[in-house]
Amino acid sequence: MNTKVTIAGVEFKNPVMTASGTFGSGMEYGEFVDLNKLGAVVTKGVANVPWPGNPTPRVAETYGGMLNAIGLQNPGIDVFIERDLAFLKNYDTKVIVNVCGKSIEDYVEVVERLSDEAVDMLEINVSCPNVKEGAIAFGQNAKALSEITAEIKKKAKQPVIMKLSPNVTDITEMAKAAEAAGADALSLINTITGMKIDIHRRAFALANKTGGMSGPAIKPVAVRMVYQVANAVNIPIIGMGGIANAEDAIEFMMAGATAVSIGAMNFVNPYATVETVDGIESFMKEKGIEDINSIIGCVK
Amino acid sequence: MAQKKKVTARVYRQDEIAVGIYDMWIETELAKDAKPGQFISVYPKNQATLLPRPISICEVNEEKTMLRIVYRVAGSGTAEFSNYHTGADITILGTLGNGFPLEKADGKRVFLMGGGIGIPPMLQLSKELSARGKAEKISAVLGYRNELFLCEDFKLYADLYVATEDGSSGSKGTVMNAIEDNDLKGDVIFACGPMPMLRAIKQFAEANQMKAYISLEERMACGVGACLGCVCTTKEVDHHSHVKNARVCTDGPVYDAKEVMI
Repeated sequence: MNTKVTIAGVEFKNPVMTASGTFGSGMEYGEFVDLNKLGAVVTKGVANVPWPGNPTPRVAETYGGMLNAIGLQNPGIDVFIERDLAFLKNYDTKVIVNVCGKSIEDYVEVVERLSDEAVDMLEINVSCPNVKEGAIAFGQNAKALSEITAEIKKKAKQPVIMKLSPNVTDITEMAKAAEAAGADALSLINTITGMKIDIHRRAFALANKTGGMSGPAIKPVAVRMVYQVANAVNIPIIGMGGIANAEDAIEFMMAGATAVSIGAMNFVNPYATVETVDGIESFMKEKGIEDINSIIGCVK
Repeated sequence: MAQKKKVTARVYRQDEIAVGIYDMWIETELAKDAKPGQFISVYPKNQATLLPRPISICEVNEEKTMLRIVYRVAGSGTAEFSNYHTGADITILGTLGNGFPLEKADGKRVFLMGGGIGIPPMLQLSKELSARGKAEKISAVLGYRNELFLCEDFKLYADLYVATEDGSSGSKGTVMNAIEDNDLKGDVIFACGPMPMLRAIKQFAEANQMKAYISLEERMACGVGACLGCVCTTKEVDHHSHVKNARVCTDGPVYDAKEVMI
């Protein structure tokens, strides 16, 4: 039975990854799950300098999901390399670093700093809805997305994944722009911009007013977008959006994802990642599936 | 530190001890290593309310086989928990956070100050400080809206002073009024309660050359330090965030009041 998948020449022992921002760099959930069992750890976004993030409250629960407006708080690339990457070296899993920035130069600086580090792939965050500069501004305009993709590709030593926002009219346009500019893979979806009002306090639930929605409530939107993008481009897709278990992961793969990431559901079930790995194997056994790759995009 | 675990535990008993305030004893292995000031995350069964609810540990039984939580029904998650009866399954994650630094009370007069639903965690603290036997004097100063709860429990371990907003019991006003009315003198404060109370305590401690250790509350998602949802601003750059945003769930919830900007 084969559970290995390959994206841009990088081989993953299985298709299960962690969604950026929900798993830190693995230290916290390493207390619950064996990180060696994961296809990859996708780290929290890191910028060229430390970012303080947004004021609290930063999180709010919504029906079947949640909103967050962390604002990409991160300790900056220096601490990240020294501490987080050093930690991840102890594990036999692939490392995908999520990169964020306010300008193309910021992104490129981080990408260059990571050139000689033990990093398997770069995921470029052009889709965070919670910061005012950069990030999503690059992800909601095909021309800007194309430009940043091309600039990063010029400097990157590792294959580049562009992480797409669902907060656009037609996600396939963005996907095609990223592909044409040289992206090696795409990941989708980032969170959907949402809002919650506390009617008792007559106030926004989040200090940032809006936040990114995640969790099972957004899964059908994510599956639809993965399907659309898979049919629009020829580069591999990492699918995410409310994945809770193996059934959800398989659904994304059948829609066209080569790999999947578990995000908000880590908060609900700290064992969700490894349970999904095991569940995919059980499903394959039960259905007589020899190679996980055979189900990718099998539903047309 | 003991490993954090998500476990299915069993409700031993539950009672409503004041209007909307529930007192639940849970049989769980997590009781073994629980410290005063730590909390557990309780998961609703209703999948519409996904996130775990952080609830402080109120008490641990002598055999360390049960945890007691005392919580206020504040939304649909806690409303669900309030309907659990003896024998029900309850899914919890714990034990989380760092407790109060008990040794700071050695040889000192200590105030245990609790406000509202910040009162429960002070109970296990009073019990352990009393058992430790090194504090010179333990005074529990508790502030309620109006209806009292847990007072009889506190009397076993501490001198009790009460304040109520309507003045129906003890001092009228807040815990600060109770301190003034009773002319209480102390060296160290351990506190948990609403933010205005904690701010008043921080100021009071600074004005009176006292040490204060306060337990903060913030909206949480993961409860284990990964999501960065529940940060508080610190005076100095902290070891984790490097941007003066320490995680309440993992670096706290108890902080030296001098170290946090509240």
